[in-house]
Amino acid sequence: MTVVDLGTIRRLVSVTVDDVEHRVPEGATIMDVLDDAGADTPRLCQAPNLTPVNACRVCVVEVEGSRPLVPSCARRVEDGMVVRTDTERVAHSRKMVLELLASANDLSEAGDDVARWQIEYGADPERYGPPGPPAAAGERGNRHAGHHSLPDGETRATVAQPVTVDNDLYVRDYARCILCYKCVEACGTDAQNTFAIAVAGRGFDATISTEFAVPLPDSACVYCGNCIGVCPTGALKSVAEHERREAGTWDPEGETVTSTICSFCGVGCTLELHVQDNTIVNVTSPHDHSVTHGHLCIKGRFGFQHVQNR
Amino acid sequence: MDLVLLPDAATDAERAAVDGVVGTVSEPRRDLLLPAFHAVMDGVGWISRGALSYVCERLHVPPAEAYGVATFYALFSVTPRAPRVAHVCDDVGCAAFGGEDLCAAMEERLGAPGERDDVTWTRSPCLGLCERAPAVFLQRASASPPSEREGNPDATRALESSPHDDEPGGDHAQIAPATADAVVHALDGEDVPGPDPVVSTPQAGAPDLELLSRVGVVDPADLDSYRAAGGYAGLRRALAVGSARVVDEITVASLTGRGGAAFPTGTKWAAVAGSPEPEKYLVCNADESEPGTFKDRVLMEADPFALVEAMTVAGIAVGARTGYLYVRGEYPAAERAIERAVAEARRHGYLGDDVMGSGRVFDIEVRRGAGAYICGEETALMNSLEGRRGEPRAKPPFPTVAGLFGRPTVINNVETLVNVLRIVAEGGPAFASVGSGRSTGTKLFCLSGVVSRPGVYEVPMGTTLRELLELAGGVPADLRAILLGGAAGSFVTPDQLDVPLTLEGTREIGATLGSGVVLCFDSSTDFAAVLRRIAGFFRDESCGQCVPCRVGTVRQEEALARIVRGREIGGRTVELQLLRDVDRVMTDASICGLGQTAASAVRSALALGLIGEETS
Ligand SMILES: Cc1cc2nc3c(=O)[nH]c(=O)nc-3n(C[C@H](O)[C@H](O)[C@H](O)COP(=O)(O)O)c2cc1C
Ligand code: SF4
Ligand code: FES
Repeated sequence: MTVVDLGTIRRLVSVTVDDVEHRVPEGATIMDVLDDAGADTPRLCQAPNLTPVNACRVCVVEVEGSRPLVPSCARRVEDGMVVRTDTERVAHSRKMVLELLASANDLSEAGDDVARWQIEYGADPERYGPPGPPAAAGERGNRHAGHHSLPDGETRATVAQPVTVDNDLYVRDYARCILCYKCVEACGTDAQNTFAIAVAGRGFDATISTEFAVPLPDSACVYCGNCIGVCPTGALKSVAEHERREAGTWDPEGETVTSTICSFCGVGCTLELHVQDNTIVNVTSPHDHSVTHGHLCIKGRFGFQHVQNR
Repeated sequence: MDLVLLPDAATDAERAAVDGVVGTVSEPRRDLLLPAFHAVMDGVGWISRGALSYVCERLHVPPAEAYGVATFYALFSVTPRAPRVAHVCDDVGCAAFGGEDLCAAMEERLGAPGERDDVTWTRSPCLGLCERAPAVFLQRASASPPSEREGNPDATRALESSPHDDEPGGDHAQIAPATADAVVHALDGEDVPGPDPVVSTPQAGAPDLELLSRVGVVDPADLDSYRAAGGYAGLRRALAVGSARVVDEITVASLTGRGGAAFPTGTKWAAVAGSPEPEKYLVCNADESEPGTFKDRVLMEADPFALVEAMTVAGIAVGARTGYLYVRGEYPAAERAIERAVAEARRHGYLGDDVMGSGRVFDIEVRRGAGAYICGEETALMNSLEGRRGEPRAKPPFPTVAGLFGRPTVINNVETLVNVLRIVAEGGPAFASVGSGRSTGTKLFCLSGVVSRPGVYEVPMGTTLRELLELAGGVPADLRAILLGGAAGSFVTPDQLDVPLTLEGTREIGATLGSGVVLCFDSSTDFAAVLRRIAGFFRDESCGQCVPCRVGTVRQEEALARIVRGREIGGRTVELQLLRDVDRVMTDASICGLGQTAASAVRSALALGLIGEETS
């Protein structure tokens, strides 16, 4: 988690982005500079309240002196750094990351930004052929590292598989999982220190998994829901949301958000109650909140049933 | 953090295996995760829920993370599996040279891979025995120590002086060239003879060798024999002249890394030597898994003391007190040779608290890889040593600043380190006088495929490819293409044989020295199969962390499959454009060298028209 230490005065360094010079505090990331300048830099695995893992590579930029492109989310600025975002190479890599992901994943709930970037960068996932058949439940998690069956190329491999529903509070729809590591980070050192899930397997067959893929109730999971809070693609969501989407009654346009303070304990977390059709469907907390950094516990996240017992 | 463990209990055999490695350690020791899993695999043959829970309890590792680690490595199994498994190489150096035939024969004898639950077989990427194709690696699990088992006198002998003598556990062996009969007998417990490094080193005994000078000359198990051949003169001199001078000599020698990236060794050493941090590490990268590469294996099997001495020189020069040697899991003979040499050196005061009476402290820990090409990437290797998934880290910070356990770390390839002995003995300028430009000293090359005398060859940098082939029995008749530098390298053609083998010379023709692979194919080669194997290799070995490589390697393999089957979507031009697009994002935007080079060989093969017409 990036905690900006306001106590120290940070030296300013000079960075040139697309020929424009910026004076920014030392320790800032290239993405910070781009954001301040108002650029629309795509991002998937980055979150302001998580340590950058720079895994998705959709935010890459050119940095003078580096042969490969550089992930802007993680790379810290250095004095005299020369950055370019307006090149064909940058556009190509961003497009391809979006295209490759869309060719393997269901991105239909990844939000408006992702949908817009797909169009802006011209991602065309269909050129890899029709999607192959979805995997049976649990099959993807049982593949052995270093082995795969020889493809014939007639269809494109995807991560499609059934939704995992093994508890009352949330579902895991791994056909949408882009392996951004956010849930693992939130479950681990960045927020919850529970380590109920990790990346298992290798390469294209990697999955987010509990040990031996046991159901969540058998794992260390404490249902804080912080994994849901950070998931960018809808792979993790509350049962309430899942059921509404399945029933066709999910209505994000009609949703209202009410801020309140959690009353369960004395910490005083800010809660945002997402209400659809007079029912709380999700509870979140702002990521820039000084106490929660967007993370909550089971009570704040799911303890709303008593509010709406009617 | 409180550990929440599954209720399954470990069996006595599983506990014994884990305890044998963990001993009485009670503090969290995540770095022992791989050794503990190896012990379970060797003792029991697979990692059960109970075994994993017990490992987690002993080492204080959350079970989901431990599971993530166990499932990362090809040599570990988290599902029940036959305790004795033959890994049959079907990679580019073996497939057409008996590997595919052997796979067919194994299928006939033992059924499909994984079918039987007593003994079975599986396909494997390159086993680093390409000069003796086809190659097989055996995992033979057993709860009793190898020394107590009947009918395995060789294993007993080989392990005699190993520090792990009385641990329970099976053994591992390599067979090359392998026949189905030999493999089946070995699976049944029959003795497997150890390697004969001289066979792999046709130049052995020749007068003008440096790196290979002791191969076949010294007894790899005998310290006295090594000393009689001049061994430990280098360390003596290094201790006499002092660390600063040693680092200078390496810089002056202009030694570049032999692991594939060709980074100046002196620069790394100087950075770590100059760091004010109190704790620093040296790591020797002996994970050699680049298809077609086997030079480090031969060095370790035939002249292990040289590597131990070189690591000691390096460690002391940069201020490290511990050196880790990460040896490829499929290299049991090399591992045994090194373990024995380390134990001997320690016994004679060449390692430990007072190296050669100098008062300097340095010791070596040997760790075994577990089947993951990516763990040869330096930061992935460090994660692996720390008991994490072998996922490369973002750079910066570079290992010289924050490497193993977050400390300044020098990591070098086996061959790079062995060069150090010559540099301390003769001085940097003498070393730099061989070769040219940044390419100084001698270089090892791994010749295999259609050459008359395959093996490891040592030549001065700047020798031409043609001269190298002459050493190995002449330019092969009907030579069609050479894979230079490995699967991460590229193909060159017979009209390019006069390229001087230097960093600069190969770059000029758009190729690379890589790890020294020279894999020769004649015109009877099915290049479509070769390319598909290379594409499949990268798809299997991608760690999965970054999108360009994780998905790109899959799409590359699929597109190639369509092209070689004549099933192009929208025609060949469209498919080639698709491949180029995937190639570019992998090369430009992947985190590490694996993704950045995953399209290299395919690109060059297409350009040369090795499948279909030339494309550029
Ligand atoms: C995918 C991948 C695999 C690698 N495998 C090896 C290897 O098996 N052995 C090795 O020495 N270097 C390997 N390297 C290079 C290492 O990252 C690193 O550059 C090297 O160990 C540094 O040592 P050197 O400077 O002495 O060559 C690999 C790199 C990549 C990207
Ligand atoms: S390039 Fe491939 S191997 Fe390297 S970090 Fe990315 S996914 Fe892993
Ligand atoms: S051992 Fe088979 S290709 Fe190297």
